[in-house]
Amino acid sequence: MLPVLLLARSTLLEARRSGLPWLALGLLAAALGLAAFLSQVAVTESREFQAAFAAALLRAGAAFLLAAHVAASVVREANDKVLELALALPLSRSQYWLGKLCGYAAVGLALAAACALPMLLWAAPGSVALWGASLAFELLLLGAATLFFAVTLASVVSAIAATAGFYLLARSIAAIQLLARGPLAEETWTQVVARGAVDAVALLLPRLDQATRSDWLLYGSPAAAEFGAAVGSLLVYTALLAAAGLFDFNRRNL
Amino acid sequence: MRAGERPLAAVPGWLWAALAASLAAQVALRSLSAPPAAAAADLPPAPRAAALRAASLGEPASAARLAMLYVQAFDLGAGNALPYRRLDYGRLRAWLRAILDTDPRSSYPLFAAARVYAEVDDPARARVMLEFIHEAYLEAPNRRWPALAHAALLAKHRLRDLPLARRYAADLQRLTADPDVPLWAKQMEIFILEDMNELEAARIMLGGMLASGHLRDPGERRFLKERLDELERRLASERQR
Repeated sequence: MLPVLLLARSTLLEARRSGLPWLALGLLAAALGLAAFLSQVAVTESREFQAAFAAALLRAGAAFLLAAHVAASVVREANDKVLELALALPLSRSQYWLGKLCGYAAVGLALAAACALPMLLWAAPGSVALWGASLAFELLLLGAATLFFAVTLASVVSAIAATAGFYLLARSIAAIQLLARGPLAEETWTQVVARGAVDAVALLLPRLDQATRSDWLLYGSPAAAEFGAAVGSLLVYTALLAAAGLFDFNRRNL
Repeated sequence: MRAGERPLAAVPGWLWAALAASLAAQVALRSLSAPPAAAAADLPPAPRAAALRAASLGEPASAARLAMLYVQAFDLGAGNALPYRRLDYGRLRAWLRAILDTDPRSSYPLFAAARVYAEVDDPARARVMLEFIHEAYLEAPNRRWPALAHAALLAKHRLRDLPLARRYAADLQRLTADPDVPLWAKQMEIFILEDMNELEAARIMLGGMLASGHLRDPGERRFLKERLDELERRLASERQR
């Protein structure tokens, strides 16, 4: 078997034997329980209410679980000198890094599938399939981002904090751009500089607000172009993160 | 170069190329997509104040201001001669109400209502905002009188609706107990009555203000006395005619 696939398999095995499956089950139970409770409070659209609430909670929860798992796993390997041991084998740095990324992608895929399954209770299978696929790509991007931060910062707390900041910013950058272009904002030089800074930051961030949208579950599948654009942008950004992560990893003096 | 880092030459050439290509792809992709823009018709229904408070996670003051920024991003776009004209003022009023209820001490919603949304060149829409300002003023007259004073001026000069302006000015004069309220705001009703040619009512009101003993500033008393004398002269000349 290829070294990359071997590493990916061992990474997936590590996730399966850790507390991650139980945490994922807990997340599913919490989302289903809270959705059921809130649907009792809603006076109308109880089905849509459950779908929207569960989708939002599962998306955020899956992102957090994956980021925490990747950060803890990478930092633990570095602290236990597993990394040095692995690199002493006939394995290039790039193969090691890509093997880890493939493993975390598989973990993200499993998490996305687990999160998409209960959505079938409230939404059409086609919509759920697209939502789940989008979530899998979003988790792939997030896995690459956490891997990059964990390798670079070498600390669990720092890596999780950096990933959380990146994730929240990527999901809200469109709204921030909208605020910066508000019609009441005066055309002063500070305002122009602020708007330029926001636009520059936006260029370097993925549009996560366009991916894994709960309205796909409520109002039907997105158009092929819309879905393609959302997933395409996730893949391009994942490639950028992978390149940046590999670049940094190749410069490390291990 | 930091300790623990290898030289840049240690990075394989294909990785340099991959990083440059992926960065260029990301920037190109984002540059090609149009920046987000809100349209007037897109203003969604307002949430309830309780929902805004719940979403604020214990920070209602920040949430109220963020919500204001969100609301003010809706118009027909920069460069439009008549912004807000097509905005759904029913929804807008509900948004401002919810934001004001979320943080009642903020003057932002009333400022925006008085200085931005009420100045739209559409009397029906302007009246919606003026009524919102009046309703909010009645809840906290000492804090919200500036917005009502501006609303009275708009009713008088923009809408040319003197009865409406007088109603606002009367409430302003009657309900505001803040000693910092300037003279022009307190006297507004008198001037409006004069404009309505209700000289007798204006004279009685001015006399009442002087007799009440609330006016302690000698300059203020002198000014009002001169206005009263002038009113009485005008009344006398009208009676002679």
